[in-house]
Amino acid sequence: MLKRIILALAMAGGPLSAAELIGDADKGEIVFRKCSGCHEVGVSARNRIGPELNRIFGRRAAAEKDGFFYSKGLARMGADGLDWEFKTLDAYLENPKALVTGTRMNFSGLKDPQDRADVLAYLRQFSDMPQNIPESSPTARAREVELPPEVLALVGDPEYGEYLANECQTCHQVDGSNDGIPAIIGWPAEDFVIAMHAYKQKIRPHPVMQMMAGRLTEEEIAALAAYFNGLE
Amino acid sequence: MTLNRRAFIGTGIATAAALNAPMVMGQAKPRVVVIGGGAGGATAARYIAKDSKGAVEVTLVEANPIYTTCFFSNLYIGGFREFESLQHGYDKMAATGVTVINDLATGVDRAAKTVTLAGGAVLPYDRLVLSPGIDFRDGSVPGWSVDAHAEIMPHAYKAGPQTQLLKAQIEAMPQGGTFAMIAPPNPYRCPPGPYERISMVAWLLSQKNPTAKILIVDPKEKFSKQGLFEDGWSRHYPGMVERVGPDFGGDKVEVRPDTMEVVIDGSAQKVDVCNVIPGQMAGKIAQIAGVTDEKGWAPVLPDSMKSKMDENVFVLGDSSAQGDMPKSGFSANSQAKVAAMAIRGELTGSKVFPAKYSNTCWSLLAADDGVKVGASYEPTPEKIASTSSFISQNGEDAGLRKQTYEESIGWYEGITADIFG
Repeated sequence: MLKRIILALAMAGGPLSAAELIGDADKGEIVFRKCSGCHEVGVSARNRIGPELNRIFGRRAAAEKDGFFYSKGLARMGADGLDWEFKTLDAYLENPKALVTGTRMNFSGLKDPQDRADVLAYLRQFSDMPQNIPESSPTARAREVELPPEVLALVGDPEYGEYLANECQTCHQVDGSNDGIPAIIGWPAEDFVIAMHAYKQKIRPHPVMQMMAGRLTEEEIAALAAYFNGLE
Repeated sequence: MTLNRRAFIGTGIATAAALNAPMVMGQAKPRVVVIGGGAGGATAARYIAKDSKGAVEVTLVEANPIYTTCFFSNLYIGGFREFESLQHGYDKMAATGVTVINDLATGVDRAAKTVTLAGGAVLPYDRLVLSPGIDFRDGSVPGWSVDAHAEIMPHAYKAGPQTQLLKAQIEAMPQGGTFAMIAPPNPYRCPPGPYERISMVAWLLSQKNPTAKILIVDPKEKFSKQGLFEDGWSRHYPGMVERVGPDFGGDKVEVRPDTMEVVIDGSAQKVDVCNVIPGQMAGKIAQIAGVTDEKGWAPVLPDSMKSKMDENVFVLGDSSAQGDMPKSGFSANSQAKVAAMAIRGELTGSKVFPAKYSNTCWSLLAADDGVKVGASYEPTPEKIASTSSFISQNGEDAGLRKQTYEESIGWYEGITADIFG
């Protein structure tokens, strides 16, 4: 199973990526109704509860202020180098709080990949270069943080997690303080697992976390998720 | 007595009551003595006590009742932190079950497994953890010795009054005066430390004494984060910092504290402040205990930080010779957790997981301009070896540099809570 997934990823990332359409923009307009309570897009769109979404493709996270006040979490990810393109927007829309710790976007996420593809196809029309060659940057479908079900189903050993967590606690405080370094206690285990795999696959940008996550096995990530989930 | 400790603990009250001998009961609890209450020692003491949940008796011996961290002490020199913010007491250690003794360890009898303190007390141990930091090699900078000259030419490389003295001297420099640093040879505590200090001295001078000069006399060809520091100095302090490396006599230096002169390859120059960071070796108690090698450092096994010379002794942090990890507070803290797990495993039979180590060093170049370097490590049969690493890049935008600095402040809060409770 794992081999198959790696192979699939390798093919998706290769130069001969399938010319796969990213979604149906018309259906995406309907999906966007879930977003439009906070976000505007199109002519005369303004920042409201959330920022306006014209030219979102290719935009650095939290970069276009124009009076908009981003959360510290999103600003941190922007400073780390998070750019909004298909794969990062897709990961964000799937579970906003898992990709960007501390985001104020109060939305539980679009779980259906087709909904995400459709809404992104819709939003792509309002970016500066709505490329219609599907494989061209920045809107090409690329790798996603798509974890095989058996990875998400791993039940971590909290005792091992407690030992591994020692290393995290050099920076992340167990009392949940989050000045300069985010709090990681009490996260739903699945969000934790997805976040760590996103670092491991270098979709999340922070170099220390990429290094720390990079050497953790799937079992070790599950163990950490189990341990930190138990802390309040 | 052949009773196995693990079995004894395991069988609990009934056995203890049957033996009915207070002496035996006292000895039944395995004893760990930790010497040195810094990033290595305090972390090890706290983790052994916390994770053994009272099954191990842990005593921490530290001469100073208040510990001043060397990490971030450069930021105090630059004016970015109050001195008090570097200071930490041991009052939270007792709650974890650690007995803290504020005394100086003066002797180790490895055959009898005892530690002698300056106050006369003798502490028996089953496992001994040595984390005494560094000591200075007298004679490494001709003309300078720590006892005779540290008040005139401070080292400020063990944080405390020396750090305050150095800052006061810099603030009292005449306009347009010269600050000199004699940089240390490898290996030494905190590889980017001298160069972060240069950045902070330059920051302070650029605010109060902008025509002052900084001279680094360096025996090393290269140094940690060199590209990042040199880029930072040229952007923030153009023309202020000059470095004399070994190709221009940086390795042939002597100092004359009486006349405040630095002599480079025979040519004398008068300076206003001279920060001498001498060559280093393992803290004195490691030398006394006889666990150091001919180079003055204590070789350890890469998977546990256990001394190669004594199976009952562990050496952490700056004093240890372990392989690729830099001598830093982060490294010592990381090593302490591995050693704590190994020691608990030996004394109580708790599970021992594979060792993982890591380190990150943040440095501040100027206000809101932070950089970092880091790596992860794993034991190989020969040494602790680096498995992957990263470093900040020149040309990063100001937002990222500011965030890196803010992250370092978060790290300081995190690691000091991890060390001291």
